[in-house]
Amino acid sequence: MFGGVKRQSGSLIKTLNHFLCDQPNGSILQRLVSSPRTRSTSRTFSQAKPHVALVGGGPAGYYAAQQLLKGNPHIVVDIYEKLPVPFGLVRFGVAPDHPEVKNVINSFTQTALNERCHFFGNIEVGKDISLKSLRDSYTAVVLCYGAADDKMLGIPGENLSNVLSARSFVGWYNGNPDDKNLPVDLDCESAVVLGHGNVAVDVARILLTPTNILEKTDITEHSLEILRKSRIQKVYIVGRRGPLQVAFTIKELREMINLSNTRTIIQPSDVEGLDKIIQDIPRPRRRLTELMFKSAVAPSPEMAQLWAQASREWRLVFLRSPVEICQTAGGKVGGVKFIVNKLQGDNLETQKAVPTDSVETINCGLVLRSIGYRSLPLDNTLPFDENKGVIQHQQSRVHNNKGLYCTGWSANGPVGVILGTMSDAFETGKVVLEDIENGTLLCKERSKRENLVAQIKDKAVTFSDWLKIDQAECAAGELVGKPREKLIDVQQMLSIARSS
Amino acid sequence: MNSQRLLSILVSRTLTQRTPAPSIQSWSRLRATSVVQEKRFCSSVPKPQKQLVNVTFLLRDGKKQQVKAKVGDNLLDIIIENNVDIDGFGACEGTLACSTCHLIFKPEDFNKLPDKPTDEELDMLDLAFGLTETSRLGCQVIVTKDMDGLEITVPKGVSDARK
Ligand SMILES: Cc1cc2nc3c(=O)[nH]c(=O)nc-3n(C[C@H](O)[C@H](O)[C@H](O)COP(=O)(O)OP(=O)(O)OC[C@H]3O[C@@H](n4cnc5c(N)ncnc54)[C@H](O)[C@@H]3O)c2cc1C
Ligand SMILES: NC(=O)c1ccc[n+]([C@@H]2O[C@H](COP(=O)([O-])OP(=O)(O)OC[C@H]3O[C@@H](n4cnc5c(N)ncnc54)[C@H](OP(=O)(O)O)[C@@H]3O)[C@@H](O)[C@H]2O)c1
Ligand code: FES
Repeated sequence: MFGGVKRQSGSLIKTLNHFLCDQPNGSILQRLVSSPRTRSTSRTFSQAKPHVALVGGGPAGYYAAQQLLKGNPHIVVDIYEKLPVPFGLVRFGVAPDHPEVKNVINSFTQTALNERCHFFGNIEVGKDISLKSLRDSYTAVVLCYGAADDKMLGIPGENLSNVLSARSFVGWYNGNPDDKNLPVDLDCESAVVLGHGNVAVDVARILLTPTNILEKTDITEHSLEILRKSRIQKVYIVGRRGPLQVAFTIKELREMINLSNTRTIIQPSDVEGLDKIIQDIPRPRRRLTELMFKSAVAPSPEMAQLWAQASREWRLVFLRSPVEICQTAGGKVGGVKFIVNKLQGDNLETQKAVPTDSVETINCGLVLRSIGYRSLPLDNTLPFDENKGVIQHQQSRVHNNKGLYCTGWSANGPVGVILGTMSDAFETGKVVLEDIENGTLLCKERSKRENLVAQIKDKAVTFSDWLKIDQAECAAGELVGKPREKLIDVQQMLSIARSS
Repeated sequence: MNSQRLLSILVSRTLTQRTPAPSIQSWSRLRATSVVQEKRFCSSVPKPQKQLVNVTFLLRDGKKQQVKAKVGDNLLDIIIENNVDIDGFGACEGTLACSTCHLIFKPEDFNKLPDKPTDEELDMLDLAFGLTETSRLGCQVIVTKDMDGLEITVPKGVSDARK
C-alpha cells in the first residue's frame, strides 16, 4: 500500500540478521552500527562526570538520553523505569498493526547500548526510591514519566461493566501487565467509542479488523481469543464537535476507510458545504476534511462496491455529547444517551460545542471512553497544574526546583505523536546541557549515585536482562507465527530476566 | 493455542535453553561480526558501480554539507551513509510512519523531482513541523542523475508542544 519499503521491528537480534540478509548494501546495518547519533562531540567541559537520572523509559526518556550523551562526552545517564521492560507507549500504546512505528526501538536500543547509559527497569520512582533521593544523588533529574491515567466523563452509568477506558483496552491488547485481567465482553453487536482522537480510531480499528490479520501482529494472545469470538458488527465513533474539529489524523482515517470487510458511513448532511470552506484552510486540515467529504458524498465506484459487500461497518458521528450510559434490565450496558450540540465561535479550529434541546440514544453493548489520557503528579512536592494535568515548568525547568526538569507527556500533557515528543525531549536535553555547561548545576559526589544504585541493584532489571526478555518473546512469537508474543506478567518477565 | 499454555512453554523454554541470551558484550560482538559477514557477502556479488552526484544539505545550524549521492538510492539512505548528523532523522527507517525525514526543496527543484508524492506520503508529511508547499519526505525521494548540484534544506525540528 505504501511507496516505502516496510521494515518491521522484531527481535532486535533477528532484526539485525534480517538486515544482513536483506540489505546487502548495508544502509540499515550501518545505521545500527555507526549512526552519527551515538558519536560524541568534541565539546569539552570543565566539570567531571555529570550524572543525570531520567524518570521513565519511554520515547521522551530515550530521546532526552540521546541528546545528553551526544552533547557531553562525560555525562552518565541512568534511566529509571517502573516496568521491567523499556519503551513506554511504543510498546504499550502503539497499535499492534502499526509495526513500522515501532522501528524507533532500534534507535533507542542503540542509545541504550552506549556504555554511559544505564537502564534500571522494575524501579518505580515514588515507591522503590524517592524523587528526593534521586535529586540528592544526581546532577540533574529529568521527569519523563508519561501519563498513567485517563480522563473521566463524570456521567451516570460510567462505572458499569463493559464501559472501558480506551487506555485500559489498549493496555489489554498490547500486553500491559496492569490490564491483563480487564473484563472485555464482545458478545454484542454494537460498540460506541467516545472521542475523535487517534486513540479512538486505534481501538475502533482493532475491534473491526479481521482476526486473521491481527494474529500476524504482536497483539496479545488473550485478547485475540476474545476478538475471535467477537460478535461486534458496528462501531460508532462519536465526537462532541464537528468534522473540522476532529483530532485524529488523515493516515488513520484513510486506514479506516480502506479497512477490509468494513464499510464507512459518514452522513452527507454532516459535511454539507465543507468543500467550499476548506479551500482556504491549511493543508493538513484541508486534506483530512476533503477525505471525509469524499467518503461521505462521492466514494469511488470500487469503494462503494466493496462497502456494499462488507459485513461490518463504522460510523463517524458528530456533535454529540454523552450524558448517560443506559442500563438494560439485566444490569448490562444498553446504550449511550447523547445531547445534540451545535457549534459556537468564529475560529473553525476552536469552535465550542454548546448543547441544544435534542437528545438521542445509540444502542450498544460496549462503550470505550477515549477522551484523552491524564498525567499524575509523581509526588506532592511537585508543582503540578491539576487543571491541565501537567508539571509546571518553563522551557523544561520545573518551577522553583533547581536541577529538576520535565519533558514529554508528563510535561506537556498527553498530546502529540512520537515526532513531537522527540523534538521536545531534544530541547530538554539541550537545556540540561546548557545548565551543566554554564555552571548552574554542580556535579554531586560520585559515591552518592553509587550508593543509590547499590540499593536498587538487586531489584532492577538491566538492559541486557531486557534483551533476554526480548529474545524469549520473539521465540514464543515464532511458535504462533507472530513477530513476538509479549509477556504480560511481571513475575514471568522477572524470571526470564533473572535466568542465566 | 491457549495463551496460558503458550506462556508457560515460553518461560520454560527460555529458562532451559542452552544458548544463553546475549549480554551487551555479545551484542557488540554480534554487531562487529555482522559487518565482517556483510563485507564478505558484498564481495562475492560484485555490484555495478552506481553513478554519483553531488547533493548539498543545508543543516539546522546553518552549516552546509556536500555529499556524494548514489543515483537510485533514496535521500534517507544517502544521509545515513554519509553520516550527515541530523538529530532524530529517519526514526521509522523509511517506512512512511514518522515524518522525521522531512526535507525542503527549492521550488524549481521541487517541480523537477521525477516522482510526485503519493497520498500516503502526503498524509505523513501533513504531520511534519514547518510544512511548506515544496516539502518532501526524504525516504521517498530517489536520487536521479539530474540532481547533481541540488541543495536541500533540513527544516528546524521545532515542536509545537513547547510554548
Ligand atoms: C494508544 C496510543 C497509541 C499511539 N500511537 C502512536 C503512533 O502510532 N505514532 C506516534 O507517533 N505516536 C503514537 N502515540 C503517541 C506516543 O506514544 C507518545 O507521543 C509518546 O509515547 C510519549 O512519550 P513519553 O515518554 O512522554 O511517555 P510514555 O511513552 O508514556 O513513557 C513514560 C514511561 O514512564 C514510565 N513511568 C511512569 N511512572 C513512572 C515512575 N513513577 N517511575 C519510573 N517510571 C515511570 C512508564 O512506565 C513509561 O514507560 C500513541 C499514544 C497512545 C496513547
Ligand atoms: N497513529 C497515531 O499516530 C496515534 C495513535 C494514537 C494516539 N496518537 C496520539 O496520541 C495523542 C493522544 O490521543 P488521544 O486520542 O488520547 O487524545 P486527543 O487527540 O486529544 O483526542 C481526544 C478526543 O476526546 C475528545 N474529548 C475530550 N474531552 C471530552 C469530553 N469531556 N467529552 C467528549 N469528548 C471529549 C476531544 O474532543 P475536543 O476536541 O472537542 O476536545 C478529542 O476528540 C494524540 O496526539 C494522538 O495523535 C497518535
Ligand atoms: S523515515 Fe519515517 S517517514 Fe521517512
